[in-house]
Amino acid sequence: MLEEIGVESVEELFAAIPADLRLDRPLELPDGISETECFDDLASLAERNADADAETCFLGAGIYDHYVPAIVDAITQRSEFLTPYTPYQPEVSQGGLQVMFEFQTAISELTGLPVANASLYEGPSSVASAAYLALGATKGRKRLVVSRGLHPHSRETLRTYARGFGAEVVEAGLEGGLTDRDALAEAIDEDTAAVFVQSPNFLGGVEDLEALAAAAHERGALAVASVDPISLAVLRPPGECGIDVAVGEGQPLGNRLDYGGPSFGFFAATEEHLRRMPGRIAGEATDADGRRGFVLALQTREQHIRREKATHNICTSQALNALAGVIYLSWLGRRGFVELGELLAQRTAYARDRLAAVAGVEVLHDAPVFREFGLRLAEPVPAVLDRCAGEGLAAGYWLGREYAEYQDGLLVAITERRSKDDIDRLADALERAITEAHRAQARDTRKNASQAGVEA
Amino acid sequence: MSNPPSPPTAADVPTPQQREPAVTIYERSVEGRRAATMPPLDVPVRELADLIPPRLLRETPAALPEVSEPEIVRHYSRLSRRNFDLDTGPYPLGSCTMKHNPRLNERVAALPGHARLHPAQDPKRAQGALELMWRLERALAEITGLANVSLQPSAGSHGELAGLLLTRAYHGDRGEQRSKVLTPDTSHGTNPATVTMAGYEVVKVATDVRGGVDLDDLRAKLNEDIASLMLTNPNTLGLFDENIAEIAALVHGKGGTLYYDGANLNAIMGRSRPGDMGFDICHLNLHKSFSQPHGGGGPGAGPIAVSDRIAPYLPVPRVVRREGENGSTPRFELDHEAPESIGRLRGFQGNFGVFVRSYAYIRSLGADGLRDASETAVLNANYLLARLRAGSAGRLLPVAFDRLPMHEFVLSGAPAKRELRVKTLDIAKRLLDYGFHPPTIYFPLLVDEALMFEPTETETRESLDQLADAVEAILAEAERDPAILHEAPYTTPVRRLDEAAASRRPVVRQRRA
Repeated sequence: MLEEIGVESVEELFAAIPADLRLDRPLELPDGISETECFDDLASLAERNADADAETCFLGAGIYDHYVPAIVDAITQRSEFLTPYTPYQPEVSQGGLQVMFEFQTAISELTGLPVANASLYEGPSSVASAAYLALGATKGRKRLVVSRGLHPHSRETLRTYARGFGAEVVEAGLEGGLTDRDALAEAIDEDTAAVFVQSPNFLGGVEDLEALAAAAHERGALAVASVDPISLAVLRPPGECGIDVAVGEGQPLGNRLDYGGPSFGFFAATEEHLRRMPGRIAGEATDADGRRGFVLALQTREQHIRREKATHNICTSQALNALAGVIYLSWLGRRGFVELGELLAQRTAYARDRLAAVAGVEVLHDAPVFREFGLRLAEPVPAVLDRCAGEGLAAGYWLGREYAEYQDGLLVAITERRSKDDIDRLADALERAITEAHRAQARDTRKNASQAGVEA
Repeated sequence: MSNPPSPPTAADVPTPQQREPAVTIYERSVEGRRAATMPPLDVPVRELADLIPPRLLRETPAALPEVSEPEIVRHYSRLSRRNFDLDTGPYPLGSCTMKHNPRLNERVAALPGHARLHPAQDPKRAQGALELMWRLERALAEITGLANVSLQPSAGSHGELAGLLLTRAYHGDRGEQRSKVLTPDTSHGTNPATVTMAGYEVVKVATDVRGGVDLDDLRAKLNEDIASLMLTNPNTLGLFDENIAEIAALVHGKGGTLYYDGANLNAIMGRSRPGDMGFDICHLNLHKSFSQPHGGGGPGAGPIAVSDRIAPYLPVPRVVRREGENGSTPRFELDHEAPESIGRLRGFQGNFGVFVRSYAYIRSLGADGLRDASETAVLNANYLLARLRAGSAGRLLPVAFDRLPMHEFVLSGAPAKRELRVKTLDIAKRLLDYGFHPPTIYFPLLVDEALMFEPTETETRESLDQLADAVEAILAEAERDPAILHEAPYTTPVRRLDEAAASRRPVVRQRRA
């Protein structure tokens, strides 16, 4: 090969790199290893994680332990879906493009909004992307109003992005587990580009999207809702509530936990925002012989064509994860999706009552909830969680991680994998953990008191 | 080895796939069919309206398809066959680094300890995951020569945005407000798009006759209002910019940061490092250089590596290693406390499943393997170029800048267009009939009728020969009858699609029945 190129050595091919910029030593990395050794290395790391098989998982906070059907793995692992690039050559990418079209249809159906894109990275960055659209659509406005019920990661991500957008983020608090409507209305002004709410919100509360959208529209701002896609099996879709842009985390739709990624974000909007949307959008087209096909439509929005005038900078997105999503929704089907939603609503109601009946546990709020809810514990939550872990339960998410006002808060999530028996087991474990934590604390108090006595 | 017969030059007889009409999963729906069965309702059942106020409930179910499991499997299996993929044939798509995706990486990513780990799991009980992230960070720091790494960004463009927000924070900390960012006219489209998103204004820098940054133009445009220069090196022409040290000195002299777009890192792994070149911030595409499958458009990951002066601003949470006392095992934690951090760019810890695959890739190859990969990638690109130049492509598709390229190179189809009346698009479409994915076309913008080839280390000499032969055969066809190319492709599941019409009157979802 060197002869054809006309050089003596491979070294000559690197001659353009100035000598003082060439690395004159090997990289300080471990030597390469065989496939079997590499497997063992990775397996030994994996063993040191308490996964959702090792601990019955009541953790949620946007990522949920739903069952991923076997056909999702079988189809997404096919080379033809796993290994191509973004479909820049539509003649040989009809599979991927049609999947995008089907995905967009599914998201449109779920959200009740007419247009959807083919995926974004994940939930919180999709919220920030909605802000970018809103700032463009309401030229000159620079304020973004968020409910405190919006996922903390979404709020943080929005703040990070907003520094680039030159926008200000203002927060409206919660009241009784739901967005405080008066506080929200007060925060919205004539400079507000968009209002962001989440439903169910971070505490599990089902928000009245229609009222919140109306508050936004009153001042000419866009209403953006971040939604759990599974909740749309039973909750009124954002598109029917006057929401302009609906976004969300797609993981619950056929994607594994994967320690938080990769999954996908979804983005749906009213028709008027189609040409401002971020990301890829597949559209129907006709070929030279009149056949139906699919292409990347409206590419003049995108960075590879429009460069600094693009509606977003996104290139590589989450196509394979979106494929998992559309397979999952087809697997559930029209009726299965509703059945799943109803199952979760019933189990959530049971779990909330059952757990709140435990001594030392009460509900965090009375608002209606779907699939996730907040509790207050009489004993320090981290200690209770540690004790539950000892019984093989990941009992939930400590709200004190993110909310100073809910130091005693525990967020519990339900999926179809959490049976009544699991919930009863959690109730018993919580009861024991709280009792033990109480005793331990009492012991510590006595010990401290007696030590204080000695010192005195 | 004899040459395979040429593909059809007309579409007289439709192929079996062409005879198969595109039918969506929604069009296959028949009322009452289903795949999934839910677990039994094992709790006391209450009226849904007693749980959630009726006005907040959905009235009409989402019109999802009603199909059985075998139908789903068949539908998506058939669809998959309407894709060209890397496992089927060469995919020399420039700037995309379509290298082999080892299946070991899929296997280890699917281990329950990785795939079934909840991201909010207590770090004490996710030590393997955090250690993996830490090890990957250390490896990327060594490969880039930039000591501080955040794995959080989800793709290259997300890493770019992080990089400019870091730059903004860095300058802000020094009481400086800068409003412009320089990008070469050869840059990836994501660069200028990111500049706008990060609240800066784009200023273009010209390319000199050797294909590098035009130093005079750079000097003329540099001033205290320039926040950063975003560069790819080797650049999108596949050329290493020999003046990089001087460029870095010029940018730093005016207080700007130098940003490295890692899309082309596959040329230089183990050979040269962005940190040593003077870059402050660099993103890496784990789905390019580090073998994460592209998935038809993701997932990927775009970790960033930065120099010490940028480190305080990195996104949170950061993975930290705490040494154990008296030789006990170290602990790994997620640190959220970094007062100067730009904050989060997304939820949780990033695309962990991608980290597992790329860590496994780096672990498998080791230092020597990574260096070999880059050498072979560069060797392959140069060999393919040499093979093409030896034929009529040398005249009709000349290389845009006549230097030894690194891992990719750009040809200009201008002479072919002039002499044979075939455009770069026609050549690309005809390559599909020959069983190759075309190169990247019409990019970079400064090359007329550009064709950008990146064969990667994955291709063998034989497959490179076949690709060169196919280009040669196509040019011969064009000399004989350019209409063959104008009408191509003939053998793909669909033929050329009317993209303009699809955007004029966009149909972006299934019409309701």
